[in-house]
Amino acid sequence: MPTLEMANPAALPADWRDIFALTKPRVMSLVVFTGLAGMLAAPAIPPLALGFTAILCIALAAGACGALNQWYEADLDAKMRRTAKRPLPAGRMDPQSALHFGVGLGGFSVLLMGLATNWLAAILLAASILFYVLIYTVWLKPRTAQNIVIGGAAGAFPPLIGWVAATGHVAALPLLLFAIIFLWTPPHFWALSLFVRSDYAAAGIPMLPVVAGVTNTRRQIFFYSLPMAAAAVAPWPLGLTGPIYGVSAAILSFVFLVLAGRVLANKATDPAKMEPEKHLFAFSVFYLFALFTVLVADRFLPW
Amino acid sequence: MRPEDEIIRKRQRERARIMAILLGGFVVLLFFITMAKTGLNW
Repeated sequence: MPTLEMANPAALPADWRDIFALTKPRVMSLVVFTGLAGMLAAPAIPPLALGFTAILCIALAAGACGALNQWYEADLDAKMRRTAKRPLPAGRMDPQSALHFGVGLGGFSVLLMGLATNWLAAILLAASILFYVLIYTVWLKPRTAQNIVIGGAAGAFPPLIGWVAATGHVAALPLLLFAIIFLWTPPHFWALSLFVRSDYAAAGIPMLPVVAGVTNTRRQIFFYSLPMAAAAVAPWPLGLTGPIYGVSAAILSFVFLVLAGRVLANKATDPAKMEPEKHLFAFSVFYLFALFTVLVADRFLPW
Repeated sequence: MRPEDEIIRKRQRERARIMAILLGGFVVLLFFITMAKTGLNW
C-alpha cells in the first residue's frame, strides 16, 4: 500500500469532532430553543415527526451558517485569541471541506424542511442562511459598525420559522418574536464586544466599541434595550399572550434595563473592570431563554 | 504502516461509523415523516 505524505495536518481527513465544532454547537442551542418556542407558541401543533424534523432543519441550517461563517472568516479567526483554536485557523481542516460541508448542510436542511413541513418555512430558512452568510458575514461585518444591528435579523428568524413550520402562515406574534431577538442582538453583542474589543481591533473588525468608543457603545446598549423591552412586553397588551408571559416579560425586561443602566454608568475602559458588561452579557442569554420559556408556559398553562 | 497512515485509517473508521449512524437515523426519520404525511400520525 502506498504511504501518503502528511506534512500538513489539514491534508488529513478531518476529525469528526472538528467537523462538529464547525457548526458552533453552543450558538445552535439558542437557535434551536427559540425555534422550538416559536413552534410551541403557535396555535397548531404539528405531528411529532414533522415538528422534530422542522427543529432538526433549523439546527442543521444554523450549523451550515456556522460552518460557512468559519470558512469565510478563517483568516480573521486566526488573529483573535477567542477563535484562533477553531479547526480552520488552527490548520486541522482543509477550507474546501468546510465550504462543501456548509453548502451541503444548508441545502439539505432547506430541502428537508420543504418536503416535511411547507415551502414557506423552507423559503424563510433559506433566506435566514443567505442573510447570515451573504448580508451579515460577507457584506456588513467587515464594513460597518452597524453590522450587528442589521445582522441581528439572521438570528431572529428561528421562532418565525418554527411558527410557520407549524401553521403554514405568518402572524403577528411570531413577527413580534422576530422583533424581540432583532432588538436584543445589539445590546447582547455590544456588551460582549466591550470586554473583548482588543480581539476585534486586532482582527480589524469594525465593531462599535472599536469604531465609536466605549462610552458611545454603552449609550447605544441602553437605548437599544428600551425598544427591546417594549417589544418583549407588547404581546400581552396586544392580547397575543396571557398574564404569565406579560408579567414575566415585564420583570425580566426591567432587570435587563437595570443592568443596561449599570453598563451606562460604568466608566471603565480596562476589560478587567467591566463587571457590569459581563453581567449584562450573561443575563442577556438567560433573558432570551427565560422569555421564550414563559411564552410557551403561557400557551399551555390553564390560567 | 506509518503512524500517519494509522491516524488516517482511524479517522476514516470513525467518520464512516458516524455517517452510518446518521444515515440510519435519516431512514428512520423519513419513515416517520411519511407516516405523518399520510395521516397515520405516528
